[in-house]
Amino acid sequence: MNAATVDERYNDTVVRQFTLMTVVWGIVGMAVGVLIAAQLYWPALTEGISWLSYGRLRPLHTNAVVFAFGGCALMATSFYVVQRTCHARLFSDRLASFVFWGWQAVILSAAVSLPLGLTQGKEYAELEWPIDILITLVWVAYAVVFFGTLVRRRVKHIYVANWFYASFIVAVALLHVVNNLALPVSWLKSYSVYTGAVDAMAQWWYGHNAVGFFLTAGFLGMMYYFVPKQAGRPVYSYRLSIVHFWALIAIYMWAGPHHLQYTALPDWAQSLGMVFSLILLAPSWGGAINGVMTLSGAWHKLRTDPIIKFLIVSLSFYMIATFEGPMMSIKTVNSLSHYTDWTVGHVHAGALGWVAMISLGAVYAMWPRLLGLQTMHSVKLIDLHFWIHTIGVVFYIASMWIAGVMQGLMWRATNADGTLTYSFVESLAATYPYYLIRFLGGVLVLLGMGVMAWNIWLTWRAAHSTQDMAVLPVVTQH
Amino acid sequence: MSSGVLSGAATAVLLVIFVAGWIWAWSSRRQQDFEAAARLPLEDDAKECSP
Repeated sequence: MNAATVDERYNDTVVRQFTLMTVVWGIVGMAVGVLIAAQLYWPALTEGISWLSYGRLRPLHTNAVVFAFGGCALMATSFYVVQRTCHARLFSDRLASFVFWGWQAVILSAAVSLPLGLTQGKEYAELEWPIDILITLVWVAYAVVFFGTLVRRRVKHIYVANWFYASFIVAVALLHVVNNLALPVSWLKSYSVYTGAVDAMAQWWYGHNAVGFFLTAGFLGMMYYFVPKQAGRPVYSYRLSIVHFWALIAIYMWAGPHHLQYTALPDWAQSLGMVFSLILLAPSWGGAINGVMTLSGAWHKLRTDPIIKFLIVSLSFYMIATFEGPMMSIKTVNSLSHYTDWTVGHVHAGALGWVAMISLGAVYAMWPRLLGLQTMHSVKLIDLHFWIHTIGVVFYIASMWIAGVMQGLMWRATNADGTLTYSFVESLAATYPYYLIRFLGGVLVLLGMGVMAWNIWLTWRAAHSTQDMAVLPVVTQH
Repeated sequence: MSSGVLSGAATAVLLVIFVAGWIWAWSSRRQQDFEAAARLPLEDDAKECSP
């Protein structure tokens, strides 16, 4: 064994910045979520204030949690993981810094423009064209830094986590540019180049792959690094991870039409979307099982390490959501579930259960290491956060499942003479108590984030130095 | 060529690619490489502790 010395340090400054903003934007995005959940229970809460109306805050909530919280978590972990698994410093400090400040500028522009009602009207792609151009510039810089670091690697193999991060970066660039093609008519207004059913198809090709690549592939990269790391053993099957990668990215691209069942989209496209969604169950569960089985032989760590709890429970929610998704894409099930709160429950099983929990676990694992410490200031507080969050998520999704199925059944119920059994407002009245339970679930999740912020601050205060860690030498075997 | 034949052929090609992928990933020649790759996230840990 021979260790070649490397005179280089990791660029952990940008990782620390993104990690800190993950927590900040998590709190902001979830607080807006709690506010709009409260508006659904107390509809007159912010009456008369246009920029606090539900229709303007809802896209602010989704953009904040997906692109600000999730985006910062992805950028923090991808920069952390790519440096450590490549034994190399990030490609360019200036570009990495531009990625951080540029992304924060995008988030702030969203936080101003969305409450003002400036929107393209496309779900998850609401931001107007000048912001879209800034996103494109930041994203290209992000890709250059990430792939540039891969090129500089001192080890032969590109670790599987980096494959997932790379596919996320490439796919999101493609999706963002294609779906946002628009003709600007002024600085603040543009019209999409697509119309009618084509517009709907382009939008949900984008929308579903935002779930597939932004909210899944990148976070699977997180799983493939942090689960083995925290469990102290290599991933259960590296071969399976390769089949997982290719199968997942090949199939995800074609599942988008399941968002448009029983619409003006051609029937064959709807069925195709359904079939691909059903096939998607296989790579999704294969990958999740690969992550969970990494713990085989070390199950006792689930009792003692709350970070492992976050990671493994996130995979359980991933399996719930990726079983539920294909099921809901079946046309007959979709005719019951679509436009109900079941969809909202499904999304939050994925977002709060899978995406948020794997990110929170990763942040708890990274933060002390970024500050030259062994662990977070308080491991007990991580455990407390875990339980508050988990109970909050269960309250949220269980209430939305019940409300959604009930709504679907009430809307389709007919009398013997063919008239509808219930009026819409009757279904709304029946849903009302579940909106309170959902609100309480959201409050618990937000409280958990408060516990995390406190722990992050205490750990920061205990840090002796924030000096960047030396790049690890490459061990060459003879 | 009818669309039925086309989709049949596409399905067959995809199936062959899928099976070939499995065979490639499971071949014994790659085992050593993959084991080394799988240790990448852990290597880092072992050396963090040593001086």
